[in-house]
Order: sequence, then C-alpha cells, then structure tokens
Amino acid sequence: MIEGKIEKIAGPLVVAAGMSKARMYDVAFVSDDRLIGEIIELKEDRASIQVYEETGGLKPGDPVYGTGEPLSVELGPGLLKAIYDGIQRPLDRVRDQVGDWITRGINIPGLDHEKRWEFTPSLAEGTEVGGGEILGTVPETELIEHKVMVPPDVSGEVTWVVEKGSYTIDETVARVRTEDRGEVELQMYHRWPVRKSRPIREKQAPDQPLSTGQRVIDTFFPVGKGGTACVPGPFGSGKTVIQHQLAKWADAEIVVYVGCGERGNEMTDVLQEFPELEDPKSGKPLILRTVLVANTSNMPVAAREASVYTGITIGEYFRDMGYSVALMADSTSRWAEAMREMSGRLEEMPGEEGYPAYLGTRIAEFYERAGKVLCVGEENRPGALSVVGAVSPPGGDLSDPVVQATLRVVKVFWSLQAELAYQRHFPAIGWLGSYSLYLDNLEDYYREEMGREWIDMRDRAMALLQEESNLQEIARLVGAESLSPEDQLILYTARSIREDYLHQNAFHEVDTYTSMEKQQAMLSVIMSTHEKMSEALKREVLPGTLFELPVREEISRMKYTSEEEVEKVENLKDKVSEQIRNVIEKAEAQRKGVAG
Amino acid sequence: MIKEYTTTVEISGPLMMVDRVEGVSYEELVEIELRGGEIRHGKVLEVDGDMALVQLFEGSSGTDVVETKVRFLGKGVELGVSEEMMGRVFDGQGRPRPPFDTDPPIIPEKMMDINGAPINPYARDYPAEFIQTGLSSIDGINTLVRGQKLPVFSGSGLPHSRVASQIARQARVLGEGESFAVVFAAMGITFEEADYFISDFRRTGAMDRAVVFLNLADDPAIERISTPRMALTAAEYLAYERDMHILVILTDMTNYCDALREVSAARREVPGRRGYPGYLYTDLSTVYERAGRIKNRKGSITQIPVLSMPEDDKTHPIPDLTGYITEGQLILNRELHNKGVYPPMDVMESLSRLKDKGIGEGKTREDHADLFNQLMAAYASGKQARELAVILGTAALSDMDKQYLEFADEYEARYISQGENEDRGIEETLDLGWELLKMLPREEMKRISPERLDRYWPKEEAEEDREETETEGEEPEKDGSEEASED
Ligand SMILES: Nc1ncnc2c1ncn2[C@@H]1O[C@H](COP(=O)(O)OP(=O)(O)O)[C@@H](O)[C@H]1O
Ligand SMILES: [Mg+2]
Repeated sequence: MIEGKIEKIAGPLVVAAGMSKARMYDVAFVSDDRLIGEIIELKEDRASIQVYEETGGLKPGDPVYGTGEPLSVELGPGLLKAIYDGIQRPLDRVRDQVGDWITRGINIPGLDHEKRWEFTPSLAEGTEVGGGEILGTVPETELIEHKVMVPPDVSGEVTWVVEKGSYTIDETVARVRTEDRGEVELQMYHRWPVRKSRPIREKQAPDQPLSTGQRVIDTFFPVGKGGTACVPGPFGSGKTVIQHQLAKWADAEIVVYVGCGERGNEMTDVLQEFPELEDPKSGKPLILRTVLVANTSNMPVAAREASVYTGITIGEYFRDMGYSVALMADSTSRWAEAMREMSGRLEEMPGEEGYPAYLGTRIAEFYERAGKVLCVGEENRPGALSVVGAVSPPGGDLSDPVVQATLRVVKVFWSLQAELAYQRHFPAIGWLGSYSLYLDNLEDYYREEMGREWIDMRDRAMALLQEESNLQEIARLVGAESLSPEDQLILYTARSIREDYLHQNAFHEVDTYTSMEKQQAMLSVIMSTHEKMSEALKREVLPGTLFELPVREEISRMKYTSEEEVEKVENLKDKVSEQIRNVIEKAEAQRKGVAG
Repeated sequence: MIKEYTTTVEISGPLMMVDRVEGVSYEELVEIELRGGEIRHGKVLEVDGDMALVQLFEGSSGTDVVETKVRFLGKGVELGVSEEMMGRVFDGQGRPRPPFDTDPPIIPEKMMDINGAPINPYARDYPAEFIQTGLSSIDGINTLVRGQKLPVFSGSGLPHSRVASQIARQARVLGEGESFAVVFAAMGITFEEADYFISDFRRTGAMDRAVVFLNLADDPAIERISTPRMALTAAEYLAYERDMHILVILTDMTNYCDALREVSAARREVPGRRGYPGYLYTDLSTVYERAGRIKNRKGSITQIPVLSMPEDDKTHPIPDLTGYITEGQLILNRELHNKGVYPPMDVMESLSRLKDKGIGEGKTREDHADLFNQLMAAYASGKQARELAVILGTAALSDMDKQYLEFADEYEARYISQGENEDRGIEETLDLGWELLKMLPREEMKRISPERLDRYWPKEEAEEDREETETEGEEPEKDGSEEASED
C-alpha cells in the first residue's frame, strides 16, 4: 500500500504528497477516517484526489493510503432491488449501520457477502471457456435469472465446478486453468473498474423499438433497443416524470435508474412505488428488475460524478448476460457540473461556460457504452443497453454546452417545451422540434409487426401537426372561421391528435401506459375520422356540424379505456362512420327540402 | 491548547490568508481578535501546507496584517440548541439579537454542526400529508404537503413577506390540533421587513412557537452564508429530536446567493453565469434538501424559501437553480399585483410537484384532482381569450370565448384573491371552485369524470341554470334599443 500525506484541502479536492507510485484513477483512502477518494491528477509525487465524502475536519499531514486499484463495482447476484450511492454503497445497509443521515468513512461492499444463493452450474469440467461464458445461473429475483459469467479477462480450461447448491458469493464455484495466471478461482461475482467499458463481440444497429407505453414517444419519436436518447428541458417541464415512466413501462428486462444530483424525494418515490407497480408483461413487481443508483444533489459532489459510471457498468453487466437493459440518468447535467467543479479546483483551463475542454469527449464516451451488441462468450448472445439521459440546461437554454455535446452523440431528441408544460400538456414533448433518427432502422420492424398502414398513418398524423402550425398563424390573423372547410378540418384533427392522443397523464391508472396495439387503435380512430370527415366536406356538409358529433366525447375518453377492452376503441370507428353518415344525410335532406 | 497566530499575510475582501499555521483543518471555526480587542469569527475555506485561507463572517474592515490575532478553535461552526430557543430572536450567528431580544444567551443542551449531513434517500418518507394554508391559490391549485420545499419566487415591491407570514400564521394539518412551529431566517432584508414578521408573530401569538434568526441588510453580508444553516440546524433539532413539525421560512435567498458570489469573486474562482460560482446548484441543494420527512420519525421540516427574482426574470440563475432543486415554486406576478389581486399568485406558472400524493379522498376531497385540472384548463382558456381580445377586440370573440374570459376575471377576483386574514378551509376552496365552474356550460367539463360531474353538478341543476340564463337573455332583446328605434 502506498502511503502519502495531505498537503492541501479545498472542498472535495485533496492534494497529497509522497504518492509517486500511485496510478491515475486509483482509489485512495484519505485520513484515518478512511474517506474514499479517487486520484484524478498526478504531478511529480503529488496526487490530486477527488474525495467522495465531506472533507471538513481534514488537515495537512493526515495520511493518505493508495489502494493501487481503480474505482470498481462488485458485479454478481444481489444487484437487483438494490439502492446504491454513487460509488455502490448500499444505502439500505448504510442506514442500518449509521442511521438516517449519511456520515463519513462508511465502507460497506456493494453486494451482500453473507447471503446464500441457489447456484446451478451449467458448464462441465474440462470445457474450454473464455470471458463471458456462462458458468451457471442463480434465480436472483422471481423475474430475473442471474447468469454467472466467467469474467471478461479470464479464459482457459475448467478444471473444477461446484455442485448445484446454495453458496455465498465469496465461495469458489469453479476453477479455470489459464495460460497467463495459472489456476484461477472463480466466485459468483467479480469486480470491474467503472470507467472502463466492458468488452463486447460486435456492435449492431438497433432494429427493434424500445416500447415505452408513452404514445408520443412510441408513435413519433421511438428509441431503438440499444439506442440513445436525451430529454433536455427547463425545470418543471417533465424530464423526471418521463424518466420514471420509462423506468416503469419500457419493455426492457432490466432497468438501471441513476438519480444523479437530483432530489432525494424523487428516489423515495421510486423506492415506494416500484414494489407496488406491476410489470405489464409479467405481472410481477417492477422492483424485481430494477437497480437504483441515488446520489442526490446534497450528497458529495465527487460521488455524483462517479454515479453515472457506476450505473452504466451495472447496465453493461446485465447486457452481457444477454438481457435488454435500459438505463435512465437524471440528470446528466449534474454529472457535467460535478466534472466542472473538480476541473475548477484542479485549476484546469476552462472551456465554454467553465466546463472542462474534455466535456464533449466524456459525454460521447458515456453514450458510446450503449448499444445493441453480440456479447462475449460462446453462445453469441444478443444483448442491448439503451441509455436515456435527462439534461437540465440553465433557463432551459438549448445552447448550453452539455445539451450541445449530448445532441452530437445521441440519436433521439425529445424536446420539452415550457409552453406546453404551462398549458399542462404532458408529456410536454414538442412534436415539431423533436426527432428520432431510428425511424428508418425500425421501418422493417413496424412493417412486420404493425403493418404498412401504421407507418403511413403515423406520417400523415405528423404531417397534419405540421400543417396545423402553419395554419394557426393564419388563423390568428384572420380568425379560424375564415379558413376553408378543409383547413378547418386540419385544425380540428390536429387538435384531436394533440388532446386525445399525445396528451397522456402519467398519474392516471390507465392512461399511464398504452400498448402498441391500443396506440394503433386510438390513432386509427382519429385518422379514419379525419378521412370520413374530409369525404363529408366534399359532399358540402358544413364543417361546424361535423365537429360536434356526439362521438367526440367518447374519442376524448378512449385513452381511459383499459387494455383489455381495446376493441371498444376499435368499435368507435363504426360509430364515427354512422354519425357522419347521419350528418351527410341530414344535410342532403335539408338541401333537397330547400330545393323542393 | 489553542495556538494564536499573528501571521496574517494578506487580506482581500472577506478573505484572510494566514501563514505558518500548524494542524489547521478544513472548515474549522476561526476566532479573530482585532487591534482594539473586538472578536470576530470565520471559517477555514482552504488549507495548503502551512497556509490557511479564512473566510470572515463579519467582513474584513478594521483587520490588519500586523496585529490581528487569529485562533483556530479545533471544531467546525456549531450552534448550541435547546428547547429554550422557542420564542427567541438570534442574529446570523446564533446570539441573542437586540433590540428584538435582550435576554441572556440560551443554555445549550448540545452543540450541533450547522452543515448537517445529507439525509439518506433510503431513510426518507415521501411527503403526502396535506397542509392547509388557508389560501385557495395554494390549497386548491398548488397544494403544499408536509416535508415539501416550496419556494416563493417574487420580485421587488411584491407582497412576498405578507404571503409568507400569512402561510406561517395559518398553516396546519387537518385533523391535528397542533400547528407548526416556525423557524424563520432573514438574510439581508430590511429592519422594517423583519419587524413586520416579528410583530406579526407576536400579535398572533405565533412567536411562542417560533425561532428567529436575523441577518439584516446592514449586518455583515458573509454571515448570510451561515444564517440559513443555523436556522435549519435549529429546525432539525426541533423536528427530529423534539418531534415537532417545523415550517422553515428563509428570506431572501437572493441575498444569500450574492454573499456566496462575493466569496467566490474574492477567491478568483472561474465565475459561472452572471458571476455566481459554478457550485451554486450544489450549495443551494445543501440548504433546500434539508427539508423532508424521515421514516419512523414524528417530526418534519417543510421549507418555504423566498427569493426575489432580479428583473422578474425566472431564468436568472438564482430562481433557475432553485427551481431545479425545490419541489415546485409559487410565483408572484406583477401584473396581478397591479390589478390589486392579493395574493398575486401566478397559478399557471406555479407548480407543486408533490400535490398529487397530498390531495384526494381522505386527504382533501375525492373531487380535488379533477376539479384542479378543470379549473386550470378553464383559466388557461380564459387567459387565451383575454389575449385574443387584446389583439382583435372583445367583439371578435366567440360566445364561448366570452364566457371563458368572464370566468377568468371572476377566478382572479374571487378564487385567487382573498383577504390577508382570510383563512379558507379546503372545503370552502373546493366549493368555490365548483361555483365558479358553473359559470361555464356543463359540457365543457371535459377533465371531470362523468360520475363525479353528476355528483357535484347534477344535470338537472345545469338545465335549471340554463333556463334561467335563457330567460334572462331574452329580456333585454324585447326592449332592446335597436328594435325600439326601428319602431
Ligand atoms: N406525463 C405527465 N403527466 C402528468 N403530469 C406531468 C407529466 N409530466 C410532468 N407532469 C407534471 O409536471 C411536474 C414536473 O415534472 P418533472 O418531471 O418533475 O419536471 P423536471 O424533471 O423537468 O423538472 C410534475 O410534478 C407533474 O405535476
Ligand atoms: Mg427533474
């Protein structure tokens, strides 16, 4: 162990001398309280250490111990249902140990080393294995089978495998004879440095949507499984609600939720809700597939910087098992700010808005860890890690360097509009400014799963929304009544798309989630109404009479129709046809009456 | 043994550099003795080898590099707490504050570090108990719950002090007799404003259950950095060790942030937006996140920070970063204020993020959420109609627009507006909401579930109303002037 001495303390930054043997990004214990820190700069024998805990009370001369190991997480059974701080300390066990407030010098491993897990081996002795190969399985939760893998950096011949039974993660479950390291004992867990991405065999383009149950996202701006998305917006525009909605309803097998420098109560919300909410597919509590990383705004800023790496490393680990993983990070701006703060203390040359010059690189590296991949290991397992980051620019200004650096790398942009949020139109995702670059890649999927009509219908609906914005300007000047009947219909349908379809209440029991099937049904009711009405207009029916059909009421309530009764939504189409037919007949009768 | 140093080498702004020190720790409390014997305080901001950088709470005027004596006290900044704090007025460092308080200092039961420690998110309990403030614009629309942090965004000349003290006076949890105890911290506000609060507390008897910390406009600016932390430390003691429900009012957070900026500038740190330090967000969060509820503990801390937005600009870093941390915001609006509306609450831009779990059956009333949605939608339509009327003239409005416009006017005049001593019960607020909605056609109630609508506004009633208005509407036509002139 390397031992140095503190020279300087400035906020979360400590400079220690006598550290010439230390390496960059090694973990160091600071003072006899053993505060955890990470070396982020080396100059001669001096190491600058970002300390993950409060530094009050430290003084020059206090000892610093270099561990010679980079900041790592423990990966193995016991991750699911956990809530960690930014450096993988389990907050439930921290509370058991020190009470309701987080004090300093707590050192609890990420996984429970006492708990016994049912391990079923799946490899025979004598097999040649490489990294990523599945050694055996553990039923970690009722929902998820944990696949215990050979660590990525181990390969050789299996010389011994434990029998099926219950073991702690410290017990050896297999031995592998390697070329470089002799016989290696493998446990159910291994450690991995958080700043290093886990290896994969091959990256592929996402070709399936991550269905989220959120209509505006799934219909217009989908993210691919293994893709990246960002959701920037001012405070109160709905970033967190969207992230929570995704964590609840996205059809990922594993969800990693990183609360990075945001509110404590938002994590409590997740903690209290997820055990109660059911996964729409399995009917099991959502918490069984969830890992939480919570480094709230008032927790030490350096650990906030680490939290996104801790989260994504855990995400990669489950991806390596062949799962589809979704990671939400709320908010990446706080991570960037933590970087800025450390950079400032290091007196680095500031770039735009005081952010370090490497901001863009770090953001790109982070999102690069997402992807649809073939995992390492013999079986060629496919796996996916989708990443959705919230961005919180000052004043909602999108010229913010974090937003700009993020937009350069992510493929989906959900643009939150403060204006929509004031009108309580949620999710406040602007339909004109947002985009998804996955639409082309996903086209085959939609054609096969939902039919060509879906793509046409979606495109027509979007076209109507675009026309609406042009027409609205004109209507503002001359009044809506002076528009042509066709244009009035466009305004009518666009409004229906906005209010009856895009508007979605996250807190309504039914409305909170909409399956693709129901989305298709809903949108086709609106669009077929549009078509029927435009035919009626050709037969010289007055637009006013069409816009007040009794069925209008039911259309506005179809979002509250439960998933089991989707056919009720479908049936609305007939009702619409019938009522429009009546209107046409009445109009014609009237005309005849007048003529006769 | 406390060592004394006279090795100050540099004084600049609120900072002092002391050389050749030994065993000094980061964030340590410092005592400074001036030439004439005056004692001041400060804390260690940075230690580099044998050099300590000290932040002076009371500023540096009168200090010098030759004779000023510096003593490092071997502990952080602490506040002595006990139940005796109740009813007392302290200065920004926790000493009795004449002329408001001339009693001897309290005898502390214990000393507490004013920085506190972060609440473990796992230990938090989600705030969900409705607090009745007696203000319809809050209770009905932007509902406050116990453990929430809900700031008031105001501007110079707006009545935030009156609103804050009305909340402090009236806030209570239904079904529980006892009211909140108030911890009040003033940062850089005028004597008059402070006096307003204190007299108000005294007049209503609230002072017996209040602890006041004052740093007034002419008090040392740097002291403002510790004032809210003193207040929150007192609050934490009362809430978590004495099981009380505490309402903390912090005013004005803008002055607090300006003090931080001053220190940052003196340290020549890279400035962030508008000169505020890049760590302003983190710093503010260590104040605001001290609000909350904790599992298995009886007490709670609810926070109402007040801040004035420079130039009424919500995107200014102080309101902006505050809004990113707090659980919503109550925004006061100058236009409403000029119209004579009190409280001039901009209900559209205001938001209580925690309201959803604090309203509804068993909390307020089962129709609350629907009613809220409908009132918001109707008011939004009314405001839109009002804008339209400005551009095109009232004549260009459709009948429906006119009805909405009328609704918006009444809503502002009767629902948002209320007396400074008017304490409306939640039932009264909700009923008033229904009464106003009935100005509109029943078919417009699209945000209210049909069953609920039937319950609170039966069809028959709506029909009766319509008949009435129709007959009313016919009358003027009969003897309308146009027809008369035709005759
Ligand atoms: N989909 C939604 N449905 C209903 N209300 C929403 C929705 N999205 C946001 N809101 C409302 O907006 C508020 C702010 O949303 P939030 O996600 O916390 O904003 P941000 O994270 O951008 O600051 C929420 O408390 C809620 O009242
Ligand atoms: Mg948020």
